[in-house]
Amino acid sequence: MSFHPNDVARRARMSSLALTVGFLVLIGAFFKTQVIQNKQYVMQSQENRLRPIPLPAPRGIIYDRHGEVIAENLPAYSVSITSPNVDSLRSALAQLAPTLQLTQNDINLAIRRYRRAPTRPTVILPDASIDIVSVLEEHRLDFPRLIIQSVPKRYYPDGPMVASFVGYTGEISESELNDPKYAAYKPGQQIGKGGLEKQYESILHGKEGVRFDEVDARGRPVRGEGPRPDLSAEGAPPLYTNIDLDLQKFTVGIFADSLQGGAVAIDPTSGEVLALYSAPSWDPNKFTGGIPVDYYKQLLDDKRRPLVNKAIQGRYPPGSTFKLATSVIALQDGLVGLKEHMPVPCSGGYQYGTRYFRCWEKKGHGSLDLEQAIKHSCDVYFYQLGLKVGLSRMIAGGINLTMRDKSGIDLPEENQPFWPYAIDYYNKRYGRNWSNAETLNLAIGQGANSQTVVNMAKFYSAVSMQGIAPRPEIAHLIPQRKQIFRLSSAQDSVLLEGLKAVLQGGGTAAASAIQGLTLAGKTGTAQNPGGVDHGWFVGFAPADHPKIVVAVLLEFGGHGSRAAHIASAIIGHYLKVGPIQATMDEG
Amino acid sequence: MNRPIVADYRLLAAAGILSVFGIAMVYSAGQTDTPTAVASAYKSQILWLLIGLGFAYAVGHSSVRFIEWMTTPLYLFSIFLLALTLVIGKGAGTAASTKSWLAIGSHRIGQPSEIAKVTVVLMLAKVLANQREGPKSLLDLWKPALVVIIPWLIIMLQPDLGTGIVFIGIFFAMLYWAGVAWPLLILIASPAISLILSFSVGLWGAWFFILLALVLWYRPYLIEGIVLMVLNVATGVIAPMMWEKLAPYQQNRLKVFIDPSADPRASGYHVIQSKVAIGSGGFFGKGFTQGTQKRLAFLPEQHTDFIFSVVGEELGFLGVTIVLALFLWLFLRITQVAERANDSYSSLVAFGLMSGWFVHVLVNVGMTLNLMPITGIPLPFFSYGGSFMLASWLAVGILMRISGEGRGSALSLRR
Repeated sequence: MSFHPNDVARRARMSSLALTVGFLVLIGAFFKTQVIQNKQYVMQSQENRLRPIPLPAPRGIIYDRHGEVIAENLPAYSVSITSPNVDSLRSALAQLAPTLQLTQNDINLAIRRYRRAPTRPTVILPDASIDIVSVLEEHRLDFPRLIIQSVPKRYYPDGPMVASFVGYTGEISESELNDPKYAAYKPGQQIGKGGLEKQYESILHGKEGVRFDEVDARGRPVRGEGPRPDLSAEGAPPLYTNIDLDLQKFTVGIFADSLQGGAVAIDPTSGEVLALYSAPSWDPNKFTGGIPVDYYKQLLDDKRRPLVNKAIQGRYPPGSTFKLATSVIALQDGLVGLKEHMPVPCSGGYQYGTRYFRCWEKKGHGSLDLEQAIKHSCDVYFYQLGLKVGLSRMIAGGINLTMRDKSGIDLPEENQPFWPYAIDYYNKRYGRNWSNAETLNLAIGQGANSQTVVNMAKFYSAVSMQGIAPRPEIAHLIPQRKQIFRLSSAQDSVLLEGLKAVLQGGGTAAASAIQGLTLAGKTGTAQNPGGVDHGWFVGFAPADHPKIVVAVLLEFGGHGSRAAHIASAIIGHYLKVGPIQATMDEG
Repeated sequence: MNRPIVADYRLLAAAGILSVFGIAMVYSAGQTDTPTAVASAYKSQILWLLIGLGFAYAVGHSSVRFIEWMTTPLYLFSIFLLALTLVIGKGAGTAASTKSWLAIGSHRIGQPSEIAKVTVVLMLAKVLANQREGPKSLLDLWKPALVVIIPWLIIMLQPDLGTGIVFIGIFFAMLYWAGVAWPLLILIASPAISLILSFSVGLWGAWFFILLALVLWYRPYLIEGIVLMVLNVATGVIAPMMWEKLAPYQQNRLKVFIDPSADPRASGYHVIQSKVAIGSGGFFGKGFTQGTQKRLAFLPEQHTDFIFSVVGEELGFLGVTIVLALFLWLFLRITQVAERANDSYSSLVAFGLMSGWFVHVLVNVGMTLNLMPITGIPLPFFSYGGSFMLASWLAVGILMRISGEGRGSALSLRR
């Protein structure tokens, strides 16, 4: 052993040096971690222990034009849970299933929500009953990760009466989450699913807040007070609409339980939608927080198809209501004189080539001018007027009168009406084997033409306003109007007189006249190959200074006079005149 | 003994302050927001310290010659206890699947490996001190090697990688202190270095040429040289197979050492949470008992293996520096004691005990910052645990005695 003092001293010096260097390296490493990288680790430690709990924002309240509530929020309870991984979520759900009465479907949904956003509390029950909440509160300690929150729940005081335009809300779906439009949304959030709720989602949804809970390594909340101030949820601004809730309810009342169809009431000067209803309706309150399977099935199985909105989605041949369009097209191009009679007087039908086209009046109308033809809705007159216009001009005219366009109403579900894009349509459809008889059909609103109720309301608004068509709007926005045709005042007044005459003695809707109010309108019958024809009426009042246009389609309503009754009642109620003179059976 | 013995107050103070500091940290480790069994750990730690002080006092009043005389029986007894763990051993803490604890039924008594750390140092010192010539060749080293290899093998069978590393550290440090030349130390270590480098063919190849050069320069006996090269080739080839033999948790720990984010929720979790705790402590820390990571149970084993993370989080860089400075002060003082010891046995014992602690501090503290793999070895005077506290204070007692008898004692300096 070399234990000479000099050797030992040298080794001691070397060792001391090695020790000192070793400790300096350690201290250096701590300096780097604690002083230089401090901020980064402080952030990580906060992320670790602060669990953000989203606070759902109340949706904007929807009001009618007089400040009546259409949609509001009620307090409800949601039950959610945080989990470190799927397995832990699964076992927690299995434990909770009996208490919460969870179905396998609920469990699968929760797991999918978790996979989408594992850092957010996973919603188990979006709308828990007070019974479940009180049971859970008792077992709070058994489920430390459970979060029971008071959340706003959408409520429609008038339920089915407003469903046709207000739509409903529900949890955001997987496909919606994939949509870039909803990029900012998280699973479990409520969004507008239809109607105004969907159309104005960006306005109505408000801004979600956050509460920070301090949690331990197992995710259990440890302290009552938040370690960081909450960011409270910001409610959305209210949405003011043009709907007249009183008129809406009245409209619903007329349809009652037996009638089915759609009705739209518009202020023609501005396009403000006063009422919009599709009968039968459904209850949007039942849709909030998940559509119950049995209720949905019941709606789907209903032969009256309540889920199809007959005011904006249903497309029907406009029938005789379209004769006004034929007239406008002919007048615009100067193809018919105001007092001009057609070559062949109406004797109950019209021979065109090898085919005989009937008038709805078998007895015939005799020889008529335009005003009388509108009053009596004489098919023979309009067959010949159509021939004068010719097919290509007819199609182009219809396109100009927006028969191929959506009305532009602010509802996402509106369907585009159907109208040929050009003669080419017939070539494509029938090859070369189509005859000019299509012109005759188009002239009286049959054939390749089907319109939505709202689009006919828009067209008649233009008729009542010298060709200026307003865009129908439910939300109270700046009116948008567009001139779709231009006639001389003489031409205009002939049309108006014709429409007035419809509701006067001898007219097709004479029975729907209202004392003390000049109505103008047109009945129509949409031929329905599958059964009884649908009845149309589109009209406005007061005839000389229109304040309201009403379009009504009555499915299986036969002739338009019953639809005219409904329309006239709506108009009368809105303009506060009446009582309605006639009775239904006179139609 | 005709010379009066005066206590080494510097050494005593360093060890005492570290122990009190350590108990305070064990107390803090128990202060969490979620109930934990650790809450009362500090009480038993105080008890262990008191018992340890008793041990130290007793040993301090014996003599180095008595200790030297007791060395062989103590060594053999500790080997016996170690062997016993293989039969009735139990695991605990981060290494629950191992057998490092002696237990009767489900009751854990202690960890013989902690005592063995002291007895191996004593035995090694005795063997090295008894050799007249410093070891010049590998063959001269068979005796000291045997002293370490027997307990080391038992410990690797438990298995307890961390303690195994400590033994190797002690072995090399004491050989160095005994005057073994640098090249020889490297030659001894070469198979282990081959093992580590075998994972990269290029590195291993380079190492092989360095080794060859070293052998040619140092000129050991021919057979030694050949055996050495064969051994290096063997470990280089065997290493991948050895890897397969490692327990999965050991493989994981080594893997996580290389990349902690590889397994963030399991093994890597410890390291990440420890770094977050330490890093968020900043310069002054979050305050005694106020560490949020610790309070909310993000820190694993906060009273044992990761006690230093609590120091880092609650007392900040300042606290860390103070604790490390105290350790450095203690170790430098012991080095001085070893330098001034009366005889080579005393000198080797002092240096051996110090180097054992140094490896503990280096590996344990390094582990909290991911500078070292997680091997589950405790921090001297800090980590909760009776056996280690007792063994440490036993060592303090021995060191006090050696210091008192040495040239550097306060008395001798005053003369």
